[in-house]
Amino acid sequence: MNEGRSLAFYALAAFFCLFVLFLYGPTIVIFILSFQGPSGGLTFPLNGLSVHWFEKLWVGGGIVNIWGSFGRSLELGVVVMILTVVLSLLAGLAFRKRFRGSNLLFYVTIASLIVPSIVTSLGIALEFRLVDDLIKNHGPDWLTDGFHTSMGNFTSGLGAHLTWTLPFGLLVMFAIFNRFDSRYEEAARDLGATPWQTLRHVILPIILPSLVGVGLFGFTLSWDEIARSSQVMGEHNTLPMELQGLTTTVTTPEIYALGAATTGVSFSVIAVALFAIAILRARQSRHGSDAGKA
Amino acid sequence: MTESAARLPMTAKPIVAAKPERNLDRFGVPGWLQAMPFGLVFAAFFVAPLILVVIVSFWDYNDYQMMPAFITRSYVESFDGCLTHFPDCTILRTYLSTAKFCLIVWVLTLLIGFTVAYFLAFHVRSQTTQAVLFLVCTIPFWTSNVIRMISWIPLLGRNGLVNQIFVNSHIVNKPLEWLLYSPFSVALAFTHLFVFFMVAPIFNSMMRIDRRLIEAAYDAGASGWQMLTNVIIPLSKPGVAIGSIFVITIVMGDFITFDVMGGEQIASAGKAIETRLNALQFPPAAANAVILLGATMLIIAALNRIVDIRKEL
Repeated sequence: MNEGRSLAFYALAAFFCLFVLFLYGPTIVIFILSFQGPSGGLTFPLNGLSVHWFEKLWVGGGIVNIWGSFGRSLELGVVVMILTVVLSLLAGLAFRKRFRGSNLLFYVTIASLIVPSIVTSLGIALEFRLVDDLIKNHGPDWLTDGFHTSMGNFTSGLGAHLTWTLPFGLLVMFAIFNRFDSRYEEAARDLGATPWQTLRHVILPIILPSLVGVGLFGFTLSWDEIARSSQVMGEHNTLPMELQGLTTTVTTPEIYALGAATTGVSFSVIAVALFAIAILRARQSRHGSDAGKA
Repeated sequence: MTESAARLPMTAKPIVAAKPERNLDRFGVPGWLQAMPFGLVFAAFFVAPLILVVIVSFWDYNDYQMMPAFITRSYVESFDGCLTHFPDCTILRTYLSTAKFCLIVWVLTLLIGFTVAYFLAFHVRSQTTQAVLFLVCTIPFWTSNVIRMISWIPLLGRNGLVNQIFVNSHIVNKPLEWLLYSPFSVALAFTHLFVFFMVAPIFNSMMRIDRRLIEAAYDAGASGWQMLTNVIIPLSKPGVAIGSIFVITIVMGDFITFDVMGGEQIASAGKAIETRLNALQFPPAAANAVILLGATMLIIAALNRIVDIRKEL
């Protein structure tokens, strides 16, 4: 395998470039078109360059209440991110030991990835509807007064998002601990560290960059989630749901501006996460011991 | 994530191989307690809801509410006409159409995904380049699907870029109508959105192939093509199976891509559920969900015969 680049390499490299163009091309197009002039339409050519549609989006004149759902999605994304990191870390630690039901839990987690989102969404909606009925019919007065529904962004919505982000979180944790050198842990234990000290001073610092990755999955998957959200958000839609509704009703480049802004948030979060990981890794190699290295 | 995600496949061993470290057992918080919060989320928001779906699918309903019962009305209605007009009934047509999309998207994502993974795994030599290129493939997966769908509109629309080019270069006389809001755009969008689900597991499988096998094949005089068909493809099968499960189940249950890219004209198994839900007919929606689940499980069982999925994750 050490000969020069073969013809196959160049053919495959060309294919890969086309693939990347396929992946990114359309997104780049709407980025460009979101700077369409005020009289411009949904397609090329560009009628001048302006930030007109971003201004319109910012003022909120054209599209109804987009900032409400923007804020809700952001809050939900942050909460999902934190819970995904914490719960996946705990479960990841648990799976390193033996515990009853670990097989079952593993299969359920994978099933959650595979069962169609609409089915999960329907199930959660049914569950909360039945709970609502229970509360309305049998609940104490202080609860039923003015009670409308227990469904909401941070009850049923949060749960629905977690069934989507946690499996990814767990799989990443598996990958992390597969590579984790448990001799560090044993060394800490031999030196008399308590389990908590081992976790706090040995395990966590080593896996911290990867945990940022888990958080990245948690936020971005929640920020863009739509299929599972569809039945469970109660009265307040999240941003992707609003966006889906707007695809049929908005016929100006404003929707591209909104798309560009949303993707901008995703890209910023990805960039921050990657940057944080790079810094943490650099710090690790700076402070790390070279003991045992050749 | 970045590097760890990209490099993960190279070092990741099958979960079963990493046997639980026995000496951790008596150390610290018990495992079941640590896994409890995680497990509770799935008990409350996944297992219980699925059980409810099955139960409610046997309930009765009217225009206002659903009523506890044990009847098969929702199923009978779902399969309406299937016995008398077999095979020409709504639900069979819907599933046939959905299966057609599954097949098309599966073939497309498999061909593209395999080629990309093969290039990354065997033709990119530097580990850093490999990591960066894999990351390039991953980033779109972290952005919004709806926006990635919308972004085809300026390209494929009646006055879109593709039609402009075609008309201006006199390839066609008038703009093509089947580019957008058509089966074509639905299949294209699926491929665009979910090809990553194929790339990642196949790449993962390929990185686990012992490089000495490749060298042995090379030393034994295998041509590049023989190497591919006799060594790499058989050993990449687990990744192919996992990717296939993801792609096929996503297309089976999807309703949003069909809606946005199909111009609300194309029926699908997922949309059948959504239509019932929009009419607030929960028992029929649940019955449709159970049917969809059954169909999905059949496919997974078939794929599981090819490869033991648990072993390969």
